[in-house]
Amino acid sequence: MTETVPVLALRGITKVYGMGQAAMQALRGIDLDINEGEFVAMMGPSGSGKSTCMNILGCLDSATAGEYRFRGVEVGGLDRNQRARLRRHFLGFVFQGFNLLARTSALENVELPLIYRGTPAAERHRMAMQALEDVGLSEWARHKSNELSGGQQQRVAIARAIVTRPSVLLADEPTGNLDSVRSIEIMELLARFNREMGITVVMVTHEPDMAEYAQRIVRFRDGLIDTGEGGDS
Amino acid sequence: MWWNALLLALRAIRRNVMRSVLTVLGIVIGVAAVIAMVNLGGGATAKVSNQITSLGTNLLIVRPGQRVGPGESSVAPPFKYKDLEAIRRDVYGIAAAAPSASSSMKAIFGNLNHATTVLGTDNAFFSVRNWTFEEGRDFSDAELASGKAVCVIGSTVRTELFGAQDPMGVDIRLGKFSCTVIGLLQSKGQGAMGIDQDDLVVIPLRTFWRRVAGNQDVSMIQVSARDGVSTAKVKADIDRLLQERRHIGANEDDDFQVRDMKEVADAFNSTMGVLTALLGAVAAVSLLVGGIGIMNIMLVSVTERTREIGIRLAIGAMAREVLLQFLVESVVLSSLGGVFGILLALLASWGLARGLNVPLIINVPMIVVAFLFSALVGVVFGYFPARRAAKLDPIEALRHE
Ligand SMILES: Nc1ncnc2c1ncn2[C@@H]1O[C@H](COP(=O)(O)OP(=O)(O)OP(=O)(O)O)[C@@H](O)[C@H]1O
Ligand SMILES: [Mg+2]
Repeated sequence: MTETVPVLALRGITKVYGMGQAAMQALRGIDLDINEGEFVAMMGPSGSGKSTCMNILGCLDSATAGEYRFRGVEVGGLDRNQRARLRRHFLGFVFQGFNLLARTSALENVELPLIYRGTPAAERHRMAMQALEDVGLSEWARHKSNELSGGQQQRVAIARAIVTRPSVLLADEPTGNLDSVRSIEIMELLARFNREMGITVVMVTHEPDMAEYAQRIVRFRDGLIDTGEGGDS
Repeated sequence: MWWNALLLALRAIRRNVMRSVLTVLGIVIGVAAVIAMVNLGGGATAKVSNQITSLGTNLLIVRPGQRVGPGESSVAPPFKYKDLEAIRRDVYGIAAAAPSASSSMKAIFGNLNHATTVLGTDNAFFSVRNWTFEEGRDFSDAELASGKAVCVIGSTVRTELFGAQDPMGVDIRLGKFSCTVIGLLQSKGQGAMGIDQDDLVVIPLRTFWRRVAGNQDVSMIQVSARDGVSTAKVKADIDRLLQERRHIGANEDDDFQVRDMKEVADAFNSTMGVLTALLGAVAAVSLLVGGIGIMNIMLVSVTERTREIGIRLAIGAMAREVLLQFLVESVVLSSLGGVFGILLALLASWGLARGLNVPLIINVPMIVVAFLFSALVGVVFGYFPARRAAKLDPIEALRHE
């Protein structure tokens, strides 16, 4: 049974920003299923609604209409705290701008989600060190985030996202601020975690090279999904 | 959850030490000011009120002359010995009444001399003023009656003239006559308004009349009330008696004054109490200003840390966890401010007490109150910024530059 239920399922999702005259329809009826263990890339022109869709998938924002099921659970009916709990236990985020806490060591940054989970200190420390090792930064654990290069910062961000072993990792233009060598490192990490840990990865990118790493590409155009499935690399 | 909030708050405080220091500075100064003021006020009050009560709170001082200003008297006829006898006889409830006449004179022994106050009185003086003898004795009836040249000296005079030498039975010169030391008074130390109470030579009143004054005036009468007798009532009785003896009409002002030391002490204590409260209140305002400073910086900090809050929310922090973190941050900061303020206050109280020569009185309840208040300031002034942080929308917070 569970095999057949997609992790993420969107049905007729619309999102309207603003009201009345100023209303702006960012999503105009999205249907999308993403299965456990998939690596999906979202592409499309600027303003086509990719980030809006990611925010809804990440339970950071709610849809204006439509149905969003996360592992079969309707997310629309959850309150702010329940959505926070869902993020805490099942989701990991990687942002374009890294979004690490400034003046805070790599280790403390990676520990952060575990603190909110209430993981005991020793366990937390061990898990965070392991995650840093997984991204090849165990040497840099004690360094402050602002002492790290962009590529290193993004790897710390990935360590922070996977330290809780989330079922889904959402990455909005994770390589947007990085050069191609650094971008490839990041993509290989994402592909590896997808493969080795079975983490479902949903990633927004503008670069076809990066989309190559995904098993499936979803194309957005004007708030709609352009071609359905099947866009294999 | 509390433990997590504390951990997160401590990490956030450590992350920006400079800002944290500036945040708490207001509280540190406020708490320090309140405690130092109250300690100092308490010390000063205790010092002066000790000096006043060391005179004895059952003491009444009767002097000729109207009360013109503090410690000043206008010219009026002195008392006669009969006035004293009348007081001893007619006023109910007095333990002792001592006449006195005094003069500034030079006391000489060998080649040493010392300017002091020579006081003519009788043995009642020692009991009225609670003098005890370190050595020797008071006057005998015969010495009093015949006006013999004997004296009892205070410890300052003893030190000045004799050093460590034993003064008993030695003759000292007072102006033109010499007298034999028969007693040495126990030291009382500094008196009210910095007057050295031990700087005196006591001789029989009759001796004073004959050898020093050349008249038979009594310039002051000191009366002590018996335990349990109201000094106010004794004062009223003396007033009435002296008005009669000095022929003062109902509508005339008294040409003498009776000062009740208990009244003086009470008046002083209440004045000092008001003064201390006032100083404390001024300092408390600075504590309040410190609290507003915390709120100010916490608000700035929430704005400045909007993105951080966005990150926390995205990672799965619940609104109330963010609220709690900011609240705990502000309480930890203000309590730390309180602790440092207390340390600073203790240091300042100690320094000021030494500098102003008042006893160091640490008002412990005040310290506890100031600490609790500083923590409370953290809660009250931290709540608004914390709620603001918790209400942020994660997406907008993340987009914040
Ligand atoms: N908070 C908002 N308020 C109003 N309009 C918004 C808001 N967020 C997004 N939009 C609008 O919704 C549309 C979709 O935006 P979205 O950020 O999803 O695009 P995108 O596909 O991620 O673009 P890009 O590739 O540039 O990141 C845009 O036209 C944008 O202006
Ligand atoms: Mg976008």
